[in-house]
Amino acid sequence: MQVYIDAVGIMGPGLTGWKDNVDKLRNSTHYEFIEMQDQNTSLLPANERRRTTHNIKLALAAAEDAVSQNKTDRKQLATVFASSEGDTEIVDKICTSLTYPGRPVSPTHFHNSVHNAPAGYWAIATGSRMTSTSLSAHHASFSAGLVEAMVMIANDPAPVLLVAYDYPPPDPLLAVCPMNTPFSVALLLNREASDHCIAKCKVEITPGDNYSRIDNDQLESIRLGNPAARSLPLLIMLAEKNNGSVFLPYLPGSLLNIEIEQC
Amino acid sequence: MPAFTIVNALGRVVSASTEGLRTNQGGLRACDFEDAELNTYIGRVTGIEDEPVVEKLGQFECRNNRLAQLALNTEHFSDSVEEARSRYGCDRIGVFIGTSTSGILQTEHAYQQRDPDTGRLPDSLLYRYTHNTFSVGDFTRQYLGLTGPAMVISTACSSSAKVFATASRYIKAGLCDAAVVGGVDSLCMTTLYGFSSLDLIASQPCQPWSEKRSGINIGEAAGFALLEPLEMTQSKVALLGWGESSDAYHMSAPHPEGAGAIGAMQSALVAADLKPGDINYIHLHGTATHTNDAAEDKAVVNVFGAQMPCSSTKGWTGHTLGAAGINNAIFSCISILENFIPVTLNTTQQDPSLSANIMLASQEQSVNRVISNAFGFGGSNCSLIFGSVD
Repeated sequence: MQVYIDAVGIMGPGLTGWKDNVDKLRNSTHYEFIEMQDQNTSLLPANERRRTTHNIKLALAAAEDAVSQNKTDRKQLATVFASSEGDTEIVDKICTSLTYPGRPVSPTHFHNSVHNAPAGYWAIATGSRMTSTSLSAHHASFSAGLVEAMVMIANDPAPVLLVAYDYPPPDPLLAVCPMNTPFSVALLLNREASDHCIAKCKVEITPGDNYSRIDNDQLESIRLGNPAARSLPLLIMLAEKNNGSVFLPYLPGSLLNIEIEQC
Repeated sequence: MPAFTIVNALGRVVSASTEGLRTNQGGLRACDFEDAELNTYIGRVTGIEDEPVVEKLGQFECRNNRLAQLALNTEHFSDSVEEARSRYGCDRIGVFIGTSTSGILQTEHAYQQRDPDTGRLPDSLLYRYTHNTFSVGDFTRQYLGLTGPAMVISTACSSSAKVFATASRYIKAGLCDAAVVGGVDSLCMTTLYGFSSLDLIASQPCQPWSEKRSGINIGEAAGFALLEPLEMTQSKVALLGWGESSDAYHMSAPHPEGAGAIGAMQSALVAADLKPGDINYIHLHGTATHTNDAAEDKAVVNVFGAQMPCSSTKGWTGHTLGAAGINNAIFSCISILENFIPVTLNTTQQDPSLSANIMLASQEQSVNRVISNAFGFGGSNCSLIFGSVD
């Protein structure tokens, strides 16, 4: 399968925005771990923003970073939202309230609890009625999202915005669901090469478990510490503007072999 | 669709659902789930409590995966998959499952058992294998010994309709030769008290399209279908098309004019290369909330006019949320196989402000093509068209 990458969005520690930070991925000696603050997204009006969570803002911030880089008609984008864990902040709040007398679940928490909450807010913010899939494949969620996006493009020429994101759970869930940093990534994908094309990307599912790792220890720790950051070897290759291939972990025993050719 | 299976409040085999639909015997009961204190009816599957997950997959132990296992063990479904596996190879069969709340009940229980001093959750909570959204996909894949592409789609109440669309695209793209699709959602306090907090729970068995409708009954279900290209299989029913859309309107309320629903149904017709008049029956999402039914009514009348026979089967099973898509899909296939359109159970009179042709009595008639709707929170819509195979 083949697709063109038109834009990249990124939100991670020391990596808040693709254009401003691409140099740190190109040359990792410039990289410094800076704890990420909540990113505000201008996609949502203030009243909606107040009702959202860290997780939703994290997903939308990467999406916004990607689509703001060129004149993309947001309404015309199909979307794939991939997250291993969904909104653990909401899980914690609901499960806590269920231990109180009368089990007072908040209606806002409940409607934000669906795995497709970021997709719902994206559609409301952009007015897009296009197809949207929200999925999980545990730690392979980025890879599964990329495959889903490519399969959608093979079936329908509409460009697809892929967003992968995961936000660390609060205590006590963090102990049973470890994650060391927030991270989100967005790729704007197109069937045909456009003026904005960054790279041509060929993807194949292949058996194996020898996936690409990162030499820089801090970035490797981020890669391992958040399911969405499993995308980092691909992002580094895009930042380096080199041709070549990376292997990302897919489901146990299989890999995505991703070949990149710069536009 | 050479094989399918469904477990819901009507029973554990497809024939239990057929029998219930044909005799107007619903499966709802006054809420008796754990210690929930809610004045409502629910669609509970009896006996889940006594049937643990097989020992070799013991880490997946939770109500949701138990329910999945019940469905995998009926209708010789596992045998059908095994047969497909021998033809295609285990790496050429995909697994695409829908769920909304996964095994959250396990985490709810664990929160009741937090250490009073440290707040720590008990070691017995295997979060990754029970509550993580992929859990039921992982479980199904390992239970059936499949190694092809897989994921769990979680788009609230459209989840297990959308798996049909995704699986069809994967097969078309050549990433797999066949696919196991399904949906599994089980009772938990999160949905019972969550929908209650939104004032969307009915105190009586739900009454879709009635003027007196007052909300949903929550149910649980697990269903699976094997999808193969038509030319590769002998099958009496087939998926003819699908359509997906977003409402872009509100997180928990549908677009009032049904704009997203219209888009999904129209796309499904285009994908199936059919005209509205080619459809014989609409299996509604039909949750029985005031706004959901009003929006879906506008949408179906807009696309199909006011004569097309429609019904909702939520009065039999309750709203099975992430499993609603597969439940609706299999009920649609039952209609085709039986040449039968079910009544809208519990509804005696249609709300005069709604215009769709709601079945208030079941009908024996030729049913060749059915469109099946599933709409969810976040404004996620999916319509599927099933047809008989000559």
